[in-house]
Parts: sequence; C-alpha cells; structure tokens
Amino acid sequence: MDWKGRDVISVRDFSKEDIEFVLKVAERLETELNEKGSLDYAKGKILATLFFEPSTRTRLSFESAMHRLGGSVIGFSSAASTSVKKGESLADTIKTVEQYSDVIVMRHPMEGAARLAAEVAEIPVINAGDGSNQHPTQTLLDLYTIKRAFGKIDGLTIGLLGDLKYGRTVHSLAEALAFYDVELYLISPELLRMPKHIIEELREKGVKVHETTDLEGAIPELDVLYVTRIQRERFPDEQEYLKVKGSYQVNCSVLKNAKETLKVMHPLPRVDEIHPEVDKTEHALYFRQVFSGVPVRMALLGLTLGVLEGV
Amino acid sequence: MAELKVTAIKEGTVIDHIPAGKGLKVIEILRLNRPNGGVLLLASNVHSGKLGRKDIVKVEGRFLSEEEVNKIALIAPTATVNIVRDYKVSEKFKVEVPDEITGILRCANPNCVSNHEYTVSKFYVVSREPLKVRCHYCERTMEGDEILRNL
Repeated sequence: MDWKGRDVISVRDFSKEDIEFVLKVAERLETELNEKGSLDYAKGKILATLFFEPSTRTRLSFESAMHRLGGSVIGFSSAASTSVKKGESLADTIKTVEQYSDVIVMRHPMEGAARLAAEVAEIPVINAGDGSNQHPTQTLLDLYTIKRAFGKIDGLTIGLLGDLKYGRTVHSLAEALAFYDVELYLISPELLRMPKHIIEELREKGVKVHETTDLEGAIPELDVLYVTRIQRERFPDEQEYLKVKGSYQVNCSVLKNAKETLKVMHPLPRVDEIHPEVDKTEHALYFRQVFSGVPVRMALLGLTLGVLEGV
Repeated sequence: MAELKVTAIKEGTVIDHIPAGKGLKVIEILRLNRPNGGVLLLASNVHSGKLGRKDIVKVEGRFLSEEEVNKIALIAPTATVNIVRDYKVSEKFKVEVPDEITGILRCANPNCVSNHEYTVSKFYVVSREPLKVRCHYCERTMEGDEILRNL
C-alpha cells in the first residue's frame, strides 16, 4: 500500500484496509524498537510540529516518534510566538514551513484547518486535532491499543462514556469502529448524547448500538470502557456544563460487576472521571494507551515520508 | 390568464419555474448581470399552475450548460431550463442537485476555517431528499433552512 506523500486529515478518508495496514506497521515498528532501542528510517528527515493550540501528549508523542525513527523536529507550541500574531494567513505559514521540513504535524483551533493546510502544502500534513472536528491519530492509537490488548477488535462490546455530544475523540472512534463487527454502548447524560446523525450512520453500517444513561447497568456487558472527560471549553453555555459536570466516576465500586478482562481506556487528560484507585487494577489500560501513541505515530510519519521500505 | 408581459428571446436561455422571490438570487449565483452581457429579463410573481407564483429569468446570447444551472438547484429545485435558438426551444432540462457544491454556499459553522481564511467553499451532498450537505473543511452537515440561510 503506497502511503508516500499522503495526508492524514480525517478518519473519513480511511478504508478498513488503511487502518489495518497502519496498525500492522505500528506493531512491527514497536517490536523492532524493543529489539534495537532506536531506529534510523527517518535519518535526515525533519518534522515540523505546528501547534497553534496547546497540547502535551500529542505534541510530545509525535516528537518522540520522530526522534525514535532517527529524524529531527522543529516547530512551535503556541501561536503567540509566530507570524500568525502579525496577521499572516494559515496558507502562507504552511507554505513557509514546508520549505524547512519534510512532513507537517498540525493542531489548530479551527475546524477544517488541517484540510486547508493539506491542500496548500506539497509535503504530507498530519492532523493532530482541528477544533472539535477530527483527531485521526488518536483514533488509530485507540484501535491499536484495543487490538494489542485483545488480539482483535471484531466481536468486542465497547462502551463509550461521558461527553458523547461534543467529544471529537468518541465521534472519530465510533466512526472507525463501524468498520468492525462490534457492539456499542453509548453511555452519557441525556444532555450529552451522541449526535443522531452519527448513531444513524453506525446503525446503517450494521453496528448494534445501545444508548443509556446507566453506567452500572451497562458495565457487566463490556469488554472495553472508553471514558472521556466532560470538556468545559467545548460548551457554548456554562449552565449546561454545570448541569452535567461530574455525572460519572469510574471507581472500584462501579467496576465490581465488570468482567475480569474489562479494560478501561481514556484519551487523557482526566479530571475526576476515573478515580486513581483504578490505576493499579488490571482494568487500567490508559497509560498503555498513551504509550501506543508512539508506535502508531512512528508508522504514520514513516509511511507518509515513504521511508519504511522493508518494514 | 393574462398574457406574459415579457419579450421572447431569439437566442439564449430561459429559466422557468423559479420559486417566487428567488429570481434575483438565481441571477446573482449564475452571474448573469455582467456589464457587457446580453439582455437580461426577470419576471417576478408570475402566475403558475404548479407553484402558484413563480419567477422567470431570460438571458439573451448565453447558453447555460446543465452543470452551470445545477448551481441554482439549492434555491430553485423546481426550475426548468430552456435553451432557445431562433425563437424556438432547442433543448430543455430540469435542474439537479450536483454531487459537489463549490463556491456558492457558506458554512454555518462559525469556527470553520472556510469562514476565516481564503478558501473556495466546497460541500458534498450527503442526501438529496431531504437535502443534506457536508462541508469539505469542517465536516459539519447542514440541511433545510440552514442551507438557504447560508446561500
């Protein structure tokens, strides 16, 4: 499969074959990295990380992935220190940065910004989050984590919990899971239910979907519980936020009726939706999930740069 | 019925069955009112058996293609197009919503990059009945009145 020069903008652009291919390459890179310690596939290549909006995990994990591939990194982590402050257009910023680099990773507060950047740039652009729209590399690392933990995705029952209305992570994940034979429990307060059009799309694709507000009722059915933070910054109305803040907390008491093999995931950062007492249990998969970001992003960087021959 | 008080054209295009009040918007979208263009006629609030009232646009000297005319499908889905040569209708077709709508619709999402940076707006038609479109940039969907408000 030829990925050289390809942009990674939205889960909507992927086929199931694309997803499976990236997960396979990521697994091979993880094994090779464990054996050799470091790799040099991207030696001499430069990644530009353009973070117009703050991020800890995503930026560091992309940087770590590029370093582990033997490449180097330039970039910024806030728009405040760039020419954007002087009124430069996004297109001009991208056309400038591509003169210095071989691949661009970008996070931007506006929806669609990564798509625009990809249209302007000659080099590959990887979307690291565009407003409340897409965060495709998070979805791929979520799928990778599930696959590594269970050896498969087909046949699993997966619960998505929290802010299913505004949360871009759960929207993209649900869309990608629709490629697989899974059953989904959508668990949220009434006010934060998954948008109807996404549920319709899932059902059209043959996914068995249950909507509920009852976390404890759903828990015994689940193989994976994917927890998300209720994000204050995504709410247009503070009152609406206050009504749903702290609706759910996953703790050991909530998990007492869970399958022994249940895995709890979270894209992090968490606030209080998973109690730290869960961290030490066999259920906790969220730090492993953070680790998955590196091999998956190594695969995407290597593939789009076209440097992974033989992997 | 009173005789239609609009001159017939010799060579050009007649767009009929436009919903009443949308004629000017049709002219604007198709850019028919160019300074050096041919004669342009707009008849508004014409009696129509099908629509009750309708608008008609006639443009002399221009033969609009199906592709061009499909741009008006969003505001005038009922429109029919007649290509006139030597005072006779030589071709007739109905407008159809195209698969992609470029340049005429604005995204309703205030945080969409297309409302802040220089871009040509682009939407994909997700469904025709009811009409639903998805923004190429922010991927949000719009339907019904929201589409009309953003034309």
